Amino acid sequence: MSPHEPTLPDEWELVVGLEVHVELATRTKLFCGCANEFSTDPNTNVCPVCLGLPGSLPVMNGKAVDYAMKLGRALGCEVHGSVMARKNYFYPDMAKDYQTTQYDKPTSMDGELVLSDGAVVGIERAHIEEDAGKTTHIGGGGRINDAMFSLVDYNRAGVPLVEVVSRPDIRTIDHAKAYVNELRDILLAIEVSDAKMEEGSMRVDANVSVRPVGSEELRTRCELKNINSVRSMGRAIEYEAQRHVDLYNSGEAPRQETRHWDEDGGRSTPGRSKEDADDYRYFQEPDLVPLEPSAADVAAIDASLPVLPAARRARLADLSGVGPDVLSTVVERGQDGLALDAIEAGADADKVLTRLQNDVAVDDWSNLTPPLLAALIRMETSGELTATQAKQVLSDMVESGGDPATIASGRGFEAMESNELEGLVDQLIADNPDEWIRFTSGDDGEQKKMQGFFTGQIMKATNGQADGRAIAQLLAAKGS
Amino acid sequence: MSERITRDEVIHVARLARLDLSDAEIDEFAHQMSDILDHAADIEALDVGDIEPTSHPLPMVNVFRADERRPSLDRDEVLGVAPAEQDGQFRVPPILGEER
Repeated sequence: MSPHEPTLPDEWELVVGLEVHVELATRTKLFCGCANEFSTDPNTNVCPVCLGLPGSLPVMNGKAVDYAMKLGRALGCEVHGSVMARKNYFYPDMAKDYQTTQYDKPTSMDGELVLSDGAVVGIERAHIEEDAGKTTHIGGGGRINDAMFSLVDYNRAGVPLVEVVSRPDIRTIDHAKAYVNELRDILLAIEVSDAKMEEGSMRVDANVSVRPVGSEELRTRCELKNINSVRSMGRAIEYEAQRHVDLYNSGEAPRQETRHWDEDGGRSTPGRSKEDADDYRYFQEPDLVPLEPSAADVAAIDASLPVLPAARRARLADLSGVGPDVLSTVVERGQDGLALDAIEAGADADKVLTRLQNDVAVDDWSNLTPPLLAALIRMETSGELTATQAKQVLSDMVESGGDPATIASGRGFEAMESNELEGLVDQLIADNPDEWIRFTSGDDGEQKKMQGFFTGQIMKATNGQADGRAIAQLLAAKGS
Repeated sequence: MSERITRDEVIHVARLARLDLSDAEIDEFAHQMSDILDHAADIEALDVGDIEPTSHPLPMVNVFRADERRPSLDRDEVLGVAPAEQDGQFRVPPILGEER
């Protein structure tokens, strides 16, 4: 848990489940050949099918089903036979007056997502459905309740989505964020979506409730919509959980409803109260036939999956002792292949990973080849370069290529001979007897302070060329 | 036989479908819908444990199309048949208090 993790009062526990809508990166829509692409020119990607004109019939996009099954398997789900259903509602974002989705027989069920710190969040289902069009409310400040009329653009209507529904297994805001990040990394790794929250190709709704610590009950939840970023999600969940606690503490209870997150106002406001599931009058879509993937189809999907982020982190974790943050950063950036090859070439694993995490936070690191990185790390671990120098050399290597030895000598980085360093330390001890006594006989805090003093003095005398670790070793040896 | 569907249920379903029914129609549909459920109850009484549910009338699964673009409609033509349009979009009456 990060130091900034906002917490509820001690006696309350947060319970969160997330519903993530993922736009699939197919060329065309789910049921017709209209382009699946974002367009600022409204109603240009529309046809009789996605406009719901009489007599039109949907035909399933095979690619979308492949992508949905791929995602299901990447989430460890059972992928089995499924059918499409109609979810009936009256709202002009769907011209048909129903959304074609999956109900009691979704494509994927019962999976799990392993977060970067090892926590596991259950996946209840991941079903295929079509996206709705976009409505803009005109007049009344753009608010739906006060609008004079609305404008509808159906370019997005019929775009293929997978809705990934987690179990209510999330207990902290950090885990909610980690879940979304992990899901995004998986989507990018299996190449089924561009997963951009800011562009709406990945949209998160959060089901939030609270309960007394130690209780296993699931209390009334509210579903938060209009969350536009991971950060915004964190704020929304925190606000909503606190609102529930306040209600319970004042003898009231929240009511089950959909709420709209207002990012600028930092609060949630009630939307419509959630209709009972029955009110959508789900029934099987008569215009589409069932999806029945064979065992061979599922095996082919499995064979096509790349190594997923969790496994890639585990591979690095086996070779090193660095923390989960370092592993997830390196894997997220796709630098794990480089790291593995450099480690293979004999470089110290922890050093390779922390250097990558701290000092190669750039988009383009193509200049950095495994042998060159390994050579640099070896120079650092052998003491030829100090930490500061290694950092500078690495930055040059990333920027313009080249081997570390040449760059180091070009910059005039000559490693200090250890006897030279020892002479400096001896001189310093002789010049500062009081400080030396405080170092050798003071308490821990005092010792630390004096170590800082001596190290600083030596760095000053050597223009930062001395190796901090070598100084610490020398001081420790001489003080014992 | 007692009615399976009450007037209140008819009113509720009518509201979901945005239908404005007269009192006489509400009574009439309550009767008709109850008759339909009576018929379903007859079928429910049969033992169908060994019969696979029919998910589709045709013995057909996995009908797919290739992910290939086809021409979309001309926007002017599409908006030309709409009751109202504005700025290249369909213009619809206010959607009062019914946010999704």
